[in-house]
Amino acid sequence: MIALSRDWLLSEAPASRAHAAWVRRYRGWLQFRSNHLAMVGLVTIVLMIVVSLAAPLIAPQDPSAQDLANRLAPPSWEHLLGTDELGRDLFARVIYGGRITLGMVVAIVLLVAPIGLAVGSIAGYLGGLADRALMRVTDVFLAFPRLVLALAFVAALKPGITSAIIAIALTAWPPYARLARADTLTVRHTDYIAAVRLTGASPGRIILRHIIPLCLTSVIVRVTLDMSGIILTAAGLGFLGMGAQPPLPEWGTMIAASRAFILEQWWVPTIPGVAIFVASLAFNLLGDGMRDVLDPRQR
Amino acid sequence: MSAIASVPVTLFGLLLVTFLIGRVMPIDPVIAIVGDHAPPDVIARVRTELGLDRPLYVQFGIYLSNLAHGDLGTSVMTTRPVTADIARFFPATLELATAAIIIAILVGVPLGVFAAARQGSRFDHVVRVISLAGQSVPVFVLGLICLLVFYVKLGIAPGTGQNDVGFEGMVPRVTGMLVIDAALANDWDSFWDALAHLAQPALVLAYFSMGYITRMTRAFMIEALSGEYIITARAKGLSPARILWKHAFGNMAVRLVTVLALAYASLLEGAVITETVFSWPGIGLYLTVSLLNADMNAVLGATLVIGMVYVVLNLLSDMAYRLLDPRVQ
Repeated sequence: MIALSRDWLLSEAPASRAHAAWVRRYRGWLQFRSNHLAMVGLVTIVLMIVVSLAAPLIAPQDPSAQDLANRLAPPSWEHLLGTDELGRDLFARVIYGGRITLGMVVAIVLLVAPIGLAVGSIAGYLGGLADRALMRVTDVFLAFPRLVLALAFVAALKPGITSAIIAIALTAWPPYARLARADTLTVRHTDYIAAVRLTGASPGRIILRHIIPLCLTSVIVRVTLDMSGIILTAAGLGFLGMGAQPPLPEWGTMIAASRAFILEQWWVPTIPGVAIFVASLAFNLLGDGMRDVLDPRQR
Repeated sequence: MSAIASVPVTLFGLLLVTFLIGRVMPIDPVIAIVGDHAPPDVIARVRTELGLDRPLYVQFGIYLSNLAHGDLGTSVMTTRPVTADIARFFPATLELATAAIIIAILVGVPLGVFAAARQGSRFDHVVRVISLAGQSVPVFVLGLICLLVFYVKLGIAPGTGQNDVGFEGMVPRVTGMLVIDAALANDWDSFWDALAHLAQPALVLAYFSMGYITRMTRAFMIEALSGEYIITARAKGLSPARILWKHAFGNMAVRLVTVLALAYASLLEGAVITETVFSWPGIGLYLTVSLLNADMNAVLGATLVIGMVYVVLNLLSDMAYRLLDPRVQ
């Protein structure tokens, strides 16, 4: 049965459109799988997601339960990664921190990708004045270093997770608009778009049904590579006291709260630091592998 | 629209964004000045003096005209004009970012070139992991760990700041970049002290952009090495080193200039956090300290200046590209 389905998936002569699509996907997967580093990234991310979702089951105790008699304890069987400056279990806090970080990343991507896709594909498809106006706006937002603009936004709003998400989203969408526009420009004058237009499809329909699906590949690759930047920016905001606020177990916030203890109890600020590094590296490895498969131009 | 023509529009947008951020903030600037308990007529008078009772576009006009006179307002924290503060803190950031980009180029470019020359080899994979790690590690974690290892445990690096207390104010300020000022003053003790203090933050910051530089160099080189003129060069019997550096590298060097300029600009961003960790008295530290004190004039001024430098660097890289590559018209 497995051999049969493998043959079906590697068929040289696909019988239908769906079949051809599956063959293409399977080939991509095989190519992706041969990239060990990318697989390491993928497995790490899946693990992170599972652990975050199952945090209440895995965490040995409540991440905000304080035990002041037992503060800054080194790793032991009772506290796998030790305890922090208020005697809270670091292992539990790092796991719950994954929820915050991944949640922020998902929220930001859900905000950013549609905005970028919409702005880019509309600008690219309509051209002319709309294109120039939209791209000018994009350039203005691209002109700021991301963290600096996010800091200014958060300062204006109010430090916290919601502000951090909005601020990072506001600074993260321009590259997607650029990307979607570039992709749109390459397909805009193709025959099949002309054919769709001849059948009387409206610009909205053409953009939604025929252009955006084509932009998706490069946007997905970009999103994956961007994840690490988003994680680092979110952690940086937390570290500077402008992101998630204590006592929330956000990794950057945890480091800021415990950085004074780095001399004696170095593991307390280092452990959340390692968590940020691992999460960010995993997304970079995955994105790198995906780019090799999905975007052969960059290989 | 050419890149140069678009700069004024981008700068205008930059000003508009910083202005609007300043206007949506939850802290009422009038209350911040007169205090919670001021009588209503005082509040109203200060509001009129600051022009805050006028329509938003008039306020924006006032903001622009003040800016044209070099007035970004006064910092509540330092009680000095924000422009004076920025002029004071910016050179230190420039010093740090320049040192970092030099290190990043010296290490990153050769790594990228050799990784491309041996594509798929073990060396290539190691370089890939090193550079991906550089792009994944939070600067503040790396900075803290470096301080812990090199300063506290090994004692081979100096601590935070731009110099030791003993050297404070020893060198007359010329450029604001302590290493250069010390060399100009012929004060070599200060010079070595300043250089030693610069080394750690510069290395941490350099690792951050080295990853990017290495990966872009590798990608450009692989593309260049697949050109037909490389096959010709090989067929002519040229040495591999000559093909690699003169033919392949020479052809992609122009594209690399753009990447380097962008990497330099992005160091400004890395500097914000690095300076906070190493107490480096630059514009990044100024920005974060102002943020924590809700000193909005200082925050917006610093944001605006960083944004402007960013725009100018982008423009320069674009111009360099046009100038150096005859194919781009």
